[in-house]
Amino acid sequence: MTTTRSVGILATRSVRTIRRLPSAFFPALAMPIFNMVVFAGTFFAVTQIPNFPTDRSINWYMPLGIMMGAAFGGVGLGFTTIRDIETGFYDRLRMSPTSRLSLIIGPLTGTLIRILMMTTLVIAIGIALGARFTGGVLGVLCLYASALGIATMGAGWGLGLAFKFKDMRGAAIMQLSIFLVMFLSSAQVPLDVMTGWLHTVARVNPATNILRLARVGLVNESNADYLSWNAVWGGLVAVVVMSALSLGFALRNLQKLSD
Amino acid sequence: MPLVTASKGPIVRRRSTDTARQFVALSRRSTLAIFRQPAIIAPSLIFPLFFAALGASSFSRAISLPGFPKVDSYLQFTLAGTVTQGVLFGSVTGAAALATDIEEGFFDRLLAAPTSRTSILFGRLAGSSVFGGLQALVFLLALLPFGVTVQAGVLGYVSIVLAGFLTAFGVGALMSVIALKTGSAEAVQGTFPILFILLFLSSAFFPRETMSGAYRRIADFNPISYMVEGQRSLSIDGVSLTAMTQTLVIPIGIAVLTTLLALRQLSVRLAAR
Repeated sequence: MTTTRSVGILATRSVRTIRRLPSAFFPALAMPIFNMVVFAGTFFAVTQIPNFPTDRSINWYMPLGIMMGAAFGGVGLGFTTIRDIETGFYDRLRMSPTSRLSLIIGPLTGTLIRILMMTTLVIAIGIALGARFTGGVLGVLCLYASALGIATMGAGWGLGLAFKFKDMRGAAIMQLSIFLVMFLSSAQVPLDVMTGWLHTVARVNPATNILRLARVGLVNESNADYLSWNAVWGGLVAVVVMSALSLGFALRNLQKLSD
Repeated sequence: MPLVTASKGPIVRRRSTDTARQFVALSRRSTLAIFRQPAIIAPSLIFPLFFAALGASSFSRAISLPGFPKVDSYLQFTLAGTVTQGVLFGSVTGAAALATDIEEGFFDRLLAAPTSRTSILFGRLAGSSVFGGLQALVFLLALLPFGVTVQAGVLGYVSIVLAGFLTAFGVGALMSVIALKTGSAEAVQGTFPILFILLFLSSAFFPRETMSGAYRRIADFNPISYMVEGQRSLSIDGVSLTAMTQTLVIPIGIAVLTTLLALRQLSVRLAAR
């Protein structure tokens, strides 16, 4: 079986679970919406802080909701894989005449399709709640690119841990690590506004650059990050490097699983 | 010990001392069970402190915004929110243990024994409450080195710890309703997001005065807002009748209401056997 065909079949299987197991997909949709609404509502006044990049809290927290949903949606692939390993289904997949790469790319493609659906829905609700893309279509594309990028990173990390631990011990590490990476960044406020230890950590956290990319089309036009190449390239590099590293980690542990 | 009369079959009567003894034994068991599982209780101690540290760095400049009370630091402002957050999340543990007792048959063994029915419920709630009070104390002490003090002094510290105890009791009773209804620890754990939503839809992290629209109205209706604001007032302003009432009377009200619900659900479960 060709790698392309295997990828197609495994991606279809991943997408079909939305219809077959909607109860598993629903929280993945509800969580980003909830995060967007509660952060924008609770921290409504943060936009009044001098030099805050936007005057709409929903503009700042909609990308955060999407990024968290995408990151957790990505590592969710690790949970599914653990379940497949525990039930023995993964052994059958590994014995099938297909490349190891397709065992990663196939489910990843399915996950990215789910993330596209989630991102579209959250954007629609965000706009209904008052979010405005100051950067137009380019801003929307940057948000999609960062969502897909962080989902790829999360999926690679989740798969790698699933292959390494082969049971639910890996799930706790997946969730905790993603949670820390997301929150120890410019998730809540921009770097210029934060102080102390968090500023030091967030400055070197690649998630900060990815969030910056996600927000380039949502900040005020007077802000330095507004559709600026400076804000975009760091995010793109972070997405590419982190995705490559995490997928490499997944592939390496898959090969070890086969040994 | 039960007294048995011989007239129309055995009638079991319990002396109040027996009930008290059983309550103490079951309370001790549930309290020890909580502290014997550090992996379960650690998140409800660590995460609120993590969020407090995160907030202190993220929102240090927000305290000068209109609507914020006069505080030296965001950490001072968020002390009450941290306590409430930890206690709310920790109170699920006791109810989940009650559900586990039902799942594993221990609940039925207790019912087969001459044990006071209410002691089974109150024993579990006692464990949660002790843990809630201790959590509040841990948060108060952990933030003390960072300059976070309670202006109301010893009375304030005691009131906040007591509020932790009462809140854990009230929320634990509410979660016990789900445990008794479903008999599933997973179902009890599944209600965790509801607590999370209730907490966020309150003034736990930012003052209501800074919120707007429907979100503000929800926070205005949410009793958690007033509970947190009572503790916050003790922490920032000092002792006042309003602060004491909000800190203690609201959790008592919640506890009374949810305990009645839990007792009713216990009767339903017993009647269904």
